[in-house]
Amino acid sequence: MSALEVAGASKIFNQGTPKQVDALVDVNLTVNPGEFVSLIGPSGCGKSTLLRLIANLLEPTSGAVSVNEKTAAQARLDQDYGMAFQQAGLFDWRTVSKNIELPLELKGWDKTKREARAKEMLELVKLPEFADLYPWQLSGGMQQRIAIARALAAHPPLLLMDEPFGALDEMTREYMQGELLRICGETATTVVFVTHSIPEAVYLSNRVVVMSPRPGRITSVIDVNLGSKRNEDTRAADGFFRSITAVREALRGTHAEHASANAIRGVEDR
Amino acid sequence: MLMRRIAYRSSMFVVAIALVVALWEFYKIVGPQDGGKLFGVSILPRANNTAMPHVWTMLSRYNRPEVRGSDTKIWSVVLSGTLFSLRLSLAGFFLGTMIGVGLAVLMSRFKVVQRGLLPYLVMSQTVPLIALAPLVVSWGGKLQIGSFEWPRWLSASILGTFLAFFPIAVGTLRGLASAPAAAVELMDSYAASWKQILFKLRFPAAVPFMVPAFKLGASGAVVGVVVAEISTGLKGGIGRLIIEYAREATGDPAKVFTAVFGAAALGITMSGIVALSDVLLMRNRPKETSV
Repeated sequence: MSALEVAGASKIFNQGTPKQVDALVDVNLTVNPGEFVSLIGPSGCGKSTLLRLIANLLEPTSGAVSVNEKTAAQARLDQDYGMAFQQAGLFDWRTVSKNIELPLELKGWDKTKREARAKEMLELVKLPEFADLYPWQLSGGMQQRIAIARALAAHPPLLLMDEPFGALDEMTREYMQGELLRICGETATTVVFVTHSIPEAVYLSNRVVVMSPRPGRITSVIDVNLGSKRNEDTRAADGFFRSITAVREALRGTHAEHASANAIRGVEDR
Repeated sequence: MLMRRIAYRSSMFVVAIALVVALWEFYKIVGPQDGGKLFGVSILPRANNTAMPHVWTMLSRYNRPEVRGSDTKIWSVVLSGTLFSLRLSLAGFFLGTMIGVGLAVLMSRFKVVQRGLLPYLVMSQTVPLIALAPLVVSWGGKLQIGSFEWPRWLSASILGTFLAFFPIAVGTLRGLASAPAAAVELMDSYAASWKQILFKLRFPAAVPFMVPAFKLGASGAVVGVVVAEISTGLKGGIGRLIIEYAREATGDPAKVFTAVFGAAALGITMSGIVALSDVLLMRNRPKETSV
C-alpha cells in the first residue's frame, strides 16, 4: 500500500492557445507511508503544481493521482492530508487555538473535542501557553509552527508543505526543520515537501526528487541514507555532504541540458 | 487601554467644539457687520446678530417656547424631531445594510451579476434625491399588499436606504474580495463549502472594509432622511423643523440654529453607533489593518 501515487500525470495550462505552458509532463511518483519526500528544482519546474495536483487543488490534464488508495478528490473531501504554505496563513481574527480548530470546525466536530485536540496539537508544537493569543502577536517561526499544528489537527496521514520555511531566517529555519522531523516522527506522518534549499531537502528527506523546467518533469530521484535519527550532528556528517553534492549535481544536470543561464535560478545553494 | 482611548477621543471632541465656538464669537467681533465684498462679490459673511446669533443666544433659545405664548419649550420639540428622524435613519440604515451586504454577496458569488449590476448601482447614485423623493412617495402611496399600508415615513426611510446601500455594497464587495488567495486555497484544501468560506473567511476578512463603508452608509441614511423630509413635506422630523424655523430667520435668528444642532446631533449619534461597532469588531485585530 502506498501513501501517495502519481501515475503518468501531466498538467498543461492554456492548452491549444499560444500561451500554452507544459507545467508537468508524465510525472510518476510513489511515496510510501511514513516517508519524507522533498521536491526540489528551479523556478517553473512544476514542483508547486505537482503539490497542488496531489492536493486536488488542480486537476491533472491527463494521468491519475491517488492518495491513501483513493482518488485525490475523495482524499480532499475526507481531509486525508493537511497543507502548509510559505505564508503561515493564520486567520488574524481567530485565536491561536481557534486557528488550529478551523479544519475540525469545517468537519463538524463538537466544541469539547475540538478544544481537546487543539490543546494536544499545541503541546505537540511546544506552544501550549499561546492558545489564547492572536497570531499577529507571535513571531514568524511560532506562526509557522501553529500552521503545522493546524495542518495536522485532523491527524491526516499525509502532510503537504509548500516552502513552509522559506520566509524564516536561517537559525529559525534549522530549528523548525528539527521540530518538523520530531513532529512527523511522533505522528508517523508521510510528508511531501517543496523547497528551494538543497541542505534543507537533504536534512529532512528519505528521498529527494529533482525536477526540471520546460517542460516540468522529474529528472532524478536521490536516496538519502542518513538513518531515521537525525540531529544537529547530521549536518556535519560526511553522508550529509555527499547527498548535498549528489543533489547539486543532479540539479546541474538539469542546468546543462538547458544551457540557459537562469534555468537554475531560484535554487539556493546553501 | 480601551477606556483610555475613549476618554481621549471624547476630550478631543469637547476641545474641537470649544474651538468652533471660540472661532464663531471671534469672527463676530472682528468680522464686518454687513458682510465684506471682494471685487464686488460678497465673500465675507455678515457678523451681525441676525446672520450669526451669539452662541449663548442660540443655547438659551432652547429653553424658550417654540411659538409665543405656547407652553412647549423648543428643546422638547427639537428633541422629539431629532428622535423621529433618528428612528427613520436607523430604519433606512438597517434596510440599506441588508440590501448592500446582500448585493455584495451576490456580486462576489456571481461575477456575471457584478459585471451587469455594478454600473447601474453607480448610475443610481447620480439620480438627484430631490427628484426621487416625490416618486417614492407616490409609488408607496399606490402600494398595498394585503393589510399592509405604506406609511408616509417609510418613503423617507427608503430614501435614506437609497443613499446608504451604495457605499455598503461597494465596501463589502471589496472586503469580500480581499481574502488572500492562499487563504481561499487553504479552505479549498479542507473541502470547505462556499457558505463556510463566506462566513469563516470572507466576512471576517471584509470587516476592515465594511466598517468605513458603514460609516459612509450611516451618514448617507441621515442625509437621505432629512432631505426626504424636506422635499416630501413629512411632518415630525428634524428636516421639517429646519425648513419651518428658517422661515422665521429674520425675526428669530437663533431658532433655526436650534434645529440645525439637532440635525448635527442626529449625524453624530448615527456615526457614534457605527464607531462603537468598529471598536467592538476590531478589538482583536492587528492595529495596522484597521482602516
